[in-house]
Amino acid sequence: MRIDVMKTYKLFINGSFPRSESGRVYEVKDSKGKFLANPCLGSRKDLRESVVAARTAHHGWASATAFNRGQILYRVAEIMQGRIDQFIAEIIAQEGASPTSAKTQVQSAIDTWVWYAGWCDKIDSISGSTNPVSGPYYNFSIPESLGVVAIFADAKPSLLNLVASLAPIIASGNTAILIANEKSPLCAITLAECISTSDVPAGVVNVLTGKFDQFVSWAGSHMDIDGIDATGVSKNDLTELKELGAENLKRIYSFNELQTTKRMTNFMEVKTVWHPIGI
Amino acid sequence: MNSTLLADNSEASLKKFLKTLAPVDAVGASARVEMLATRSIKTSSKNWAIDLAIRMVDLTTLEGADTPGKVKALCAKGVYPDPTDLSIPSVGAICVYNDMVKIARDALDNGGGKHIPVAAVTTAFPSGRASMEVKIQDTKDAIANGASEIDMVIDRGAFLAGNLGLVFDEIRTIKEICGNDVRLKVILETGELVTLDNVRKACYLAMLAGGDFIKTSTGKISPAATAPVVYVMLEAVRDFYKMAGVRIGVKPAGGIRNTKDAMKQLVLVNEIAGPEWLDPSLFRIGASALLNDLLMQRMKMRDGYYASPNYVTLD
Repeated sequence: MRIDVMKTYKLFINGSFPRSESGRVYEVKDSKGKFLANPCLGSRKDLRESVVAARTAHHGWASATAFNRGQILYRVAEIMQGRIDQFIAEIIAQEGASPTSAKTQVQSAIDTWVWYAGWCDKIDSISGSTNPVSGPYYNFSIPESLGVVAIFADAKPSLLNLVASLAPIIASGNTAILIANEKSPLCAITLAECISTSDVPAGVVNVLTGKFDQFVSWAGSHMDIDGIDATGVSKNDLTELKELGAENLKRIYSFNELQTTKRMTNFMEVKTVWHPIGI
Repeated sequence: MNSTLLADNSEASLKKFLKTLAPVDAVGASARVEMLATRSIKTSSKNWAIDLAIRMVDLTTLEGADTPGKVKALCAKGVYPDPTDLSIPSVGAICVYNDMVKIARDALDNGGGKHIPVAAVTTAFPSGRASMEVKIQDTKDAIANGASEIDMVIDRGAFLAGNLGLVFDEIRTIKEICGNDVRLKVILETGELVTLDNVRKACYLAMLAGGDFIKTSTGKISPAATAPVVYVMLEAVRDFYKMAGVRIGVKPAGGIRNTKDAMKQLVLVNEIAGPEWLDPSLFRIGASALLNDLLMQRMKMRDGYYASPNYVTLD
């Protein structure tokens, strides 16, 4: 008889998997109330480290060609494909889903990831424009990434929501801090493992686990976070998040649709360039 | 020579003295600095330490691409690190290349920074590979242009070849040029001295020759100001004070980029050399990026939330 080796669920910051700086963990139970795992209870300093990592990674990631970003994202989908069984097991455990619905969820999560990977080099053509102006100028509007975006992912369906939040943010050249839902964090860490074994540069994606209500006040007031996907945040917390976020005019949005280019364009900034004709 | 520790200024008596130095326990030094680095600093001390660290910064630009505009901007920042908050103190000094000294001096004088000294790197910085005439002229030139601090590099080649007398005489010559009004910082470039024993030797050599400060590095090579090296230097100035009654300053430079690093340095200073050294006249930090991080930490302490680099200047 052998004893199973249990997995330590750690954070994902700047390309490595550290434990929380606080040294604390919290307990996650499965749908039947049985112990499932002890993920890290992320602290304010963990968030700070993630923001520094994301900010440092932003320039390189945003200036990589859109085609290159698309290739790298597609690579993540390839790795996820090889981890299907692990994702299914985790979804069954933390959501109480049936094996069939768990399998369907993982498959549509991977498809969603590929869908956004394809948008990397197309979003500029769809949301950018050449503008008619009265004068001898070319006038272009080009969408560019916003910067560092924090994500509060929705609880159910866990993996699908993670993918639908994360993929569009990094596809457009932003760097992300993914705050896993406190009730279903396991898939988020496994997704981080997929990302770390793809070619995604360190710091582009950082994954934290912990209590949402704490992260809301920390992320909301951090001056170096430019946008927040607040899809998983409760109504009360959303009010607090928006009040805090007003200090540096964070863009804070929640989304219903899983596959929509709004999830990309809402976290992009339009730059308009005037260029004299004939030079 | 500012002490009676040597019989005379000959190489023989210098070597005789340096032989009396105990070797450095490198493992012990690393363990001690690691232990000190874990010390936690409470909020009120942190506020005090951040302001002290700002006053200790030798705000530095030593690039081939330095322009008069960049030096002027640096000087403005040195006087008022954050123009929106005048309660922030000015930095310890502005450190530039020889030919930028006059520009820096004028910019400071016209920008409310008369009290801030300009430090010039001389003696064929960063390599130190030039004839003595050139090094002397380099130093005289910087002082004539308004430098009140001189950061000289030692000839590491001569030091490693065992030519200690040559290094000793060089420092003495430069100190004579500096006189009593110009502060002399001796850059040991510890990254090239290979062992901590050599660092200790070089420290005493520089102090005996009349250096007012001993400085770790040029910032041009890595490793620069590592904690064990700073530890050895702080021990040297502490012991030298006991022997000769003179307090020599220490300046780590290179690799100190954030507030946490700076706090660790201050803990070392307090614990090894003693609280007397917690003053810009005896401890400086050579840095450029550090100041922005100190300002951001200061904002965080004031506002209660983490600051963004968007609110400090790009240098």
